[in-house]
Amino acid sequence: MSPRAKTRLEPAKTNPDFIRNFCIIAHIDHGKSTLADRMLQLTGVVDDRSMRAQYLDRMDIERERGITIKSQAVRMPWELEGQTYALNMIDTPGHVDFTYEVSRSLAACEGAVLLVDAAQGIEAQTLANLYLAMENDLQIIPVLNKIDLPAAQPEKYAEELANLIGGDPEDCLRVSGKTGVGVDALLDKIVRTVPNPVGDPNAPARAMIFDSVYDSYRGVVTYVRMIDGHLAPREKIQMMSTRAVHEALEIGVSSPEPEATKGLGVGEVGYLITGVKDVRQSKVGDTVTTVAKPATEALKGYSEPLPMVFSGIYPIDGSDYPNLREALDKLKLSDAALVYEPETSVALGFGFRCGFLGLLHLEIVTERLEREFGLDLIATAPSVVYEVTMDTGAEITVTNPSEFPTGKVKKVLEPMVRSTILAPKDYVGVIMELCQGRRGVMIDMQYLGEDRVQLRYTLPLAEIVFDFFDQLKSKTQGYASLDYEEAGLAEGDLVKVDILLQGDQVDAFSAIVHKDKAYAYGVMMTGKLRELIPRQQFEVPIQAAIGARIIARESIRAMRKDVLAKCYGGDISRKRKLLEKQKEGKKRMKMVGRVEVPQEAFIAALSTGDEKKGDKKK
Amino acid sequence: MSTFHGYVHVPFCKVRCGYCDFNTYTATELQGYPQTAFIANLQVEIELAKQSEGKRELQTVFFGGGTPTLLPANELAEALELLRKNFGIAGEAEVTTEANPDTVDEAYLRVLKEAGFNRLSFGMQSAVPEVLATLERTHNPAAVATNVAIAKRLGFQTSVDLIYGAPGETMEQWQESVRVALAMETDHISAYALIVEPATKLARQIASGEKPQPDEDLQADKYEWLDSELAKAGFEWYELSNWARGAAATSKHNIAYWQGRDWWGFGPGAHSHVAGRRWSNVKHPTTYAKMLADLQIPSTDGEILSSVEIQEERAMLELRLREGLSLEVVKGLNENHAQSISELVASKLIEGKDALQGRAVLTLQGRLLADFVLRKLLGL
Repeated sequence: MSPRAKTRLEPAKTNPDFIRNFCIIAHIDHGKSTLADRMLQLTGVVDDRSMRAQYLDRMDIERERGITIKSQAVRMPWELEGQTYALNMIDTPGHVDFTYEVSRSLAACEGAVLLVDAAQGIEAQTLANLYLAMENDLQIIPVLNKIDLPAAQPEKYAEELANLIGGDPEDCLRVSGKTGVGVDALLDKIVRTVPNPVGDPNAPARAMIFDSVYDSYRGVVTYVRMIDGHLAPREKIQMMSTRAVHEALEIGVSSPEPEATKGLGVGEVGYLITGVKDVRQSKVGDTVTTVAKPATEALKGYSEPLPMVFSGIYPIDGSDYPNLREALDKLKLSDAALVYEPETSVALGFGFRCGFLGLLHLEIVTERLEREFGLDLIATAPSVVYEVTMDTGAEITVTNPSEFPTGKVKKVLEPMVRSTILAPKDYVGVIMELCQGRRGVMIDMQYLGEDRVQLRYTLPLAEIVFDFFDQLKSKTQGYASLDYEEAGLAEGDLVKVDILLQGDQVDAFSAIVHKDKAYAYGVMMTGKLRELIPRQQFEVPIQAAIGARIIARESIRAMRKDVLAKCYGGDISRKRKLLEKQKEGKKRMKMVGRVEVPQEAFIAALSTGDEKKGDKKK
Repeated sequence: MSTFHGYVHVPFCKVRCGYCDFNTYTATELQGYPQTAFIANLQVEIELAKQSEGKRELQTVFFGGGTPTLLPANELAEALELLRKNFGIAGEAEVTTEANPDTVDEAYLRVLKEAGFNRLSFGMQSAVPEVLATLERTHNPAAVATNVAIAKRLGFQTSVDLIYGAPGETMEQWQESVRVALAMETDHISAYALIVEPATKLARQIASGEKPQPDEDLQADKYEWLDSELAKAGFEWYELSNWARGAAATSKHNIAYWQGRDWWGFGPGAHSHVAGRRWSNVKHPTTYAKMLADLQIPSTDGEILSSVEIQEERAMLELRLREGLSLEVVKGLNENHAQSISELVASKLIEGKDALQGRAVLTLQGRLLADFVLRKLLGL
């Protein structure tokens, strides 16, 4: 076993030969954070006393959900055979919504620890990230975690990993993040096998931004990996995509608390603070250079984050609209992928159409808005972006179903995804049924081991944004895992279904669906609303329509009686209190024409199936 | 100063009906409180009220329950006498007691008449044995007619209470009950849609599926049929659940509630309203007795109404009356009053002619939707 390093290498002048940059690729729940905690302890950068569970996951939501949203980098000293090394562990986000951020984190490393739960085996998402890592020529170190569990099957999964990445099952390390077993051997192996970074110390500075985090005290903290040259505090630096110039007020490394340094040299990983307040000024994937000696060529791989899923977000209390705007403005500072613009809904009032990287991103944002800013919100059903071409040749981009054009539509393009599903072989049938029901086309199917199967499908994104993942999980008793990546646009036979209450269109319920599913949607939605909307003083017809054609109808009969029959001495206070309560209830009513619709009806009608909030955790 | 009225709550019943959530106790529920102590307790409360209010003459008196006629007639007479002695009772005052048809007879009613009672309200509920069984009423339906006839002979004003919309009650059964009630030729009828109160036996039976949910549409049909039938028989509605043959036959005591007058409610759980303050007495007779033993007014809570609350209550109560609600009250409570009122006229829930003359008067359809009309008038 290697001893803890007695001295640390000084940042800014570390010889790249003694630097190791690595990340950990793992599925949610496979124990990445726990392993990272153990490494922090073992290398002595966090003392045992201040160790708290999952040190690196900063946000409450992250810790609660056991997932990492934002990555970070930690510098740890480690000694092997008398030589001290600086290990930079770059944490990667663990969810399909953040593939781009993952790719940039990987680009900052030379090696990757492939961490797999020894009781569960590899999951689809890990496979996707592993693929990215191998594409980036990273040295892969296969590791089975949780070997202390009684259910662990290290032989079986070592075999599976060996099949995937080549090599011998014996090369697969076995650790327990919980007990610490094998973690020192892993650190040794990282030093031995991960290549040291290579760059030109005399070239103009080029540093790749792999993460950018908003800190309410310090402004934006930008995490970079130095490729060439050197950056020093007080230097004027430039972002190569935007040409924006800032002063590097502070440069440092996290260990894991931030420590200011005299700069960063080739191969080093650290942070910069420039005093900017908006993460958009420091975009993930961008290249940082200096004004004094600018680089001419930016590093490859930069792209703008593209929102894939859209949803209208509205305050339940209309007077909260300014607060919602303020909250989004604040959130945007720490979330470069969040986009939004004001939107008005007849049914829901003033709100914002927000774009997200994916469903988890949507959920995290709405949850943060509610939790951190104390807002009560309604989110419309998530939708995707459609490219509509009219007979006139006009092209329209539709992010809100209610804006789908009414005239002659020539064709509609919808975003597709290539999805990978991993599951035990017993579930192949139900998975195929589910995918076919969602207009999926199978690409291939292959066995990963004796009993695990990988299915690949092309699916319309719109078909998976609603409740696909929940369905997949429930149909496979939680065993299936899903990953997907963009796969361009495809033409679809799509129509817009409107829902009308007493002849008034309720924009929040409009949906763009495949022609074959329009009727089912209409029947489902009108039926749901008939149950959810209380009877009014008049009859309320509920219709589903494609253009002017009614495809389903229901009706809420007029309410004939709404009176408390008895009102004597003892009833008076009680009745007045009821009236006060109704006043409060009224605030939660939305008017659609003359029809009063309780907020709860909107929320229930927009929610997916009968699943409850909070059950979405995994 | 407002007129002053007295209510006496007699919280005793032989059995508890499945739909009832009133403050009343069967012998076992009294947990040792002796019914015979009731008048003595009442006397203490009356005397405490006298100290607080002075000798304000009562314009009406009403004994309700529970089952007031479960007490011996002479005790009711005694209670009335205590009120007379402490406050005085106006010469033409209406003095009512609720009467269970099974607990009274001619001798009993004679005692009441001599003591000064002049109005009887019989809890008839229904004439149909199946419906009475659903309601768990134990009285013999024939006893109602017998006692009403006696009461009329003795010179009482008479009223019967009906309940419509019990689970399973058909339209035909309801019509039968109304015909039986009309045949008694009382000068007053009250009719209430059955309300399923939470935490009653009936609510549990409905929740478990043992009994069907009352059908509100059918209740509305029953109300409309009743109203037209009563009109044919010479009754007019003066409150949305109350009909009388002429103004003289209305219940002055209940009108006092709806007009926001002052009253003192005596007895366990009774509510009072005096000079802008509402309170209610402690509910259990044992606690009631204990507080009175310490010469404490046995109230449990109280609230002083704000001027807005007073206006809201006016709207809430006066809207239920045939005279309707002054639109001035609406104007004070609802910025958008003009639109609200006009919409209600347009949807025929309040009378257009009366609205032009400054009053909101419910139409037949409006009476069935009175709570909606109220919310609308208040801009809710």
